Amino acid sequence: MRTTPRTRMTRRAAVGTAAMMLAVTACSSSDSGGGDDGGQITLTVGVFGQFGLEEAGLYEEYMELNDNIVIEQTSVQENSDYYAALLTRLPTGSGLMDIQAVEVGNIYEVTNELGQYFVDLNDYDVDTGHFMDWKAAQATSEDGRVVGLGTDTGPMGLCYRTDYFEEAGLPTDREEVSELWAGSWEDYIATGEQFMSDGPDDVKWVDSPGGVFNAVVNGYEERFYNAAGEVSYKESQGVSDAWDIAMRAVDGEMTTKQAQFTPDWERSVANGDFATISCPPWMLGYIADKSGDAGKGLWDYAAAPQPGNWGGSFLTVTEASQHKEEAVKLIEWLTAPEQQVRLFTERGSFPSSEEAIANSEDEIQGVTHDYFADAPIGELFTQAVDGIPTLIVGPRDQVIQEGLANGLLAADTQGLDGDEAWDATVRSIDNALDD
Amino acid sequence: MTTDRTNAAPPAEGGAAPRPAPDATADEKELRRRRRRSWRYRMDTKASPYGFVAPFFLFFGAFGLFPLLFTGWAALHRVRLQNPGEMEWAGLHNFTRLLSDEFFWNALANTFTIGILATVPQLAMALGLAHLLNYKMRGQNFFRVVMLTPYATSVAAATLVFAILYGRDYGMINWALDLVGINPVDWKNNTWASQIAISTIVIWRWTGYNTLIYLAAMQAVPRDLYESAALDGASPWKQFLHVTLPSLRPTILFTVVVSTIGATQLFGEPLLFAGSPSGGNQNQYQTLGLYMYEMGWMNFNLGRASAIAWSMFLLLILIGLAYWAVSKWITRSTGGRRSSR
Repeated sequence: MRTTPRTRMTRRAAVGTAAMMLAVTACSSSDSGGGDDGGQITLTVGVFGQFGLEEAGLYEEYMELNDNIVIEQTSVQENSDYYAALLTRLPTGSGLMDIQAVEVGNIYEVTNELGQYFVDLNDYDVDTGHFMDWKAAQATSEDGRVVGLGTDTGPMGLCYRTDYFEEAGLPTDREEVSELWAGSWEDYIATGEQFMSDGPDDVKWVDSPGGVFNAVVNGYEERFYNAAGEVSYKESQGVSDAWDIAMRAVDGEMTTKQAQFTPDWERSVANGDFATISCPPWMLGYIADKSGDAGKGLWDYAAAPQPGNWGGSFLTVTEASQHKEEAVKLIEWLTAPEQQVRLFTERGSFPSSEEAIANSEDEIQGVTHDYFADAPIGELFTQAVDGIPTLIVGPRDQVIQEGLANGLLAADTQGLDGDEAWDATVRSIDNALDD
Repeated sequence: MTTDRTNAAPPAEGGAAPRPAPDATADEKELRRRRRRSWRYRMDTKASPYGFVAPFFLFFGAFGLFPLLFTGWAALHRVRLQNPGEMEWAGLHNFTRLLSDEFFWNALANTFTIGILATVPQLAMALGLAHLLNYKMRGQNFFRVVMLTPYATSVAAATLVFAILYGRDYGMINWALDLVGINPVDWKNNTWASQIAISTIVIWRWTGYNTLIYLAAMQAVPRDLYESAALDGASPWKQFLHVTLPSLRPTILFTVVVSTIGATQLFGEPLLFAGSPSGGNQNQYQTLGLYMYEMGWMNFNLGRASAIAWSMFLLLILIGLAYWAVSKWITRSTGGRRSSR
């Protein structure tokens, strides 16, 4: 359930592509919905990556509760592959699953431009009141159709290496660290400058310029589109601030010059080549996986300078489904507060349901992460949710964001100066958006 | 139809061989039957071949020609992946815009340079290797099979391994360069380095294949040519130059054509090299195939993607025509030599 920008397909891209091919062939033979088999109803679910629902045992539980339901999940590793395949199937209505997951980067397009292919959940008396307002708003179209229910969110913090901080003479306690840059990304970069001069020689401050950009820009309401729905990344304050902060990291040689989620980037995570990284909940698992035992106990988790959300997904029901009613019931159950809490305690995906956070305060607050020096992540994420702006999302958010991250990486690796990189980025994005 | 064939040409009785004078009882019926048989026979010989090749053409029509024409039709429209049924006439706009599309020209140039970087060393090495393999040696078959193993490897597997080898910070190639005191190369972000890296993947995969084709052609060169050349005092190098190469010309042309087509359509290697259809953060190794894919499946613009696809098709036709002209010229010049032999 992370944002997987397409420029950052990992080495599993091939696997993902292969899986997509398989999915294509598999689905073309068995039409959507599955069949009724002696009263049994098969509900198919299409997801991307390690979505977590199956891993947390939620399907199993639902099947136990409902004897007549069988749930089958198909997962495509990369969201960009998954979404492209979804797009090709929607207009024909064939090969679709009953339930399709949608990443936040695509939710605007799904809700507004492709809304007719999805079930309007208003027709099924679904309770959407328990979601965070901004999360529910993202899956609601301008004319009031609700096409998706939120699964998780990505309240952002910063992960940092305590050992490197100590070497650089910086505080290591997570509260003191949060104080270093509280309220200001400028301070975060300034701390980075200090780190670069005092810290270990072969360690950089941050993993990638694109990561810095994402973290900063997600703290602004207006990023790539304005409230009127027009592309406005060239003028938006968010983009311009985020670009400048990221360029400072580039100019200060503070990054490992990688694109996130590439194999090389994964190796730099594993080898501990950098001291800080923007950390939505799903990133913790990523770091723990990649760094393994070598990094255990060395990482900790501090608050981000400004609140922001990175990633998170939705579940939708397709119009082509043969079992809309059952499918709607299933997604309602999967995204209900109790199940969201379980998804968090089992998988670390932070709830998008306000009620889940309020009702199960003790359960959520009690969650700690042993890999991150037993950081009380339940408590920290709950704080990180405060003040997350209602992002204005647009249909081509993903393309624009990746274009900008690409431009920053070019500045970082090919010696373009800020203006050159910006010009090249604008040309590239405009070309991609042009009809 | 095949069962009719035996009827149409029965070995003993009804054959075309002169038959005994017809019985008085051999009436009109028999005659009619024969006439019908011979009609069926004629139809069989005339029509059956078309019947036999029909499946291919039906499939080609459905999965080759129709998509080709439909792509051409889509290229004349504004079409988006979200709603492919909704086509808005755009005329030649998608094509004319390519003329001023810097990303298209960039992709074209990359396709060309990677094509040269990959094809020339590949064919030269294949020729040399084939020459070596053509000598009598132990374990001939072993070497030939080894030659072909890269070809049998999947593009994805090969590319992913190469992508790791070419890693900037932890790649084995930079590590080896470092051992001999050369600064690490940024194989993924540097324009030339990335194109060379991708070319090596292509070279690695296809050299063996071409080697075997050359080897087969070399073995068809008559031994006596070499013997007489040796008698005339030609060194092995001269023999290679003046006997082997001229005899191989049509084969070389064939491999060049196949490699060129492959190079024009290069897709898997650059896509998986860093796992992105943009071909590097500044499109430094984006090929035409990748640009088309990015336009269609990342930017969801099927109309523009179709126009790029058709440009590639037209480009291949141009290249095909050029090679056809060259091959005419080659057969003319080698044809002359053959007749003098």
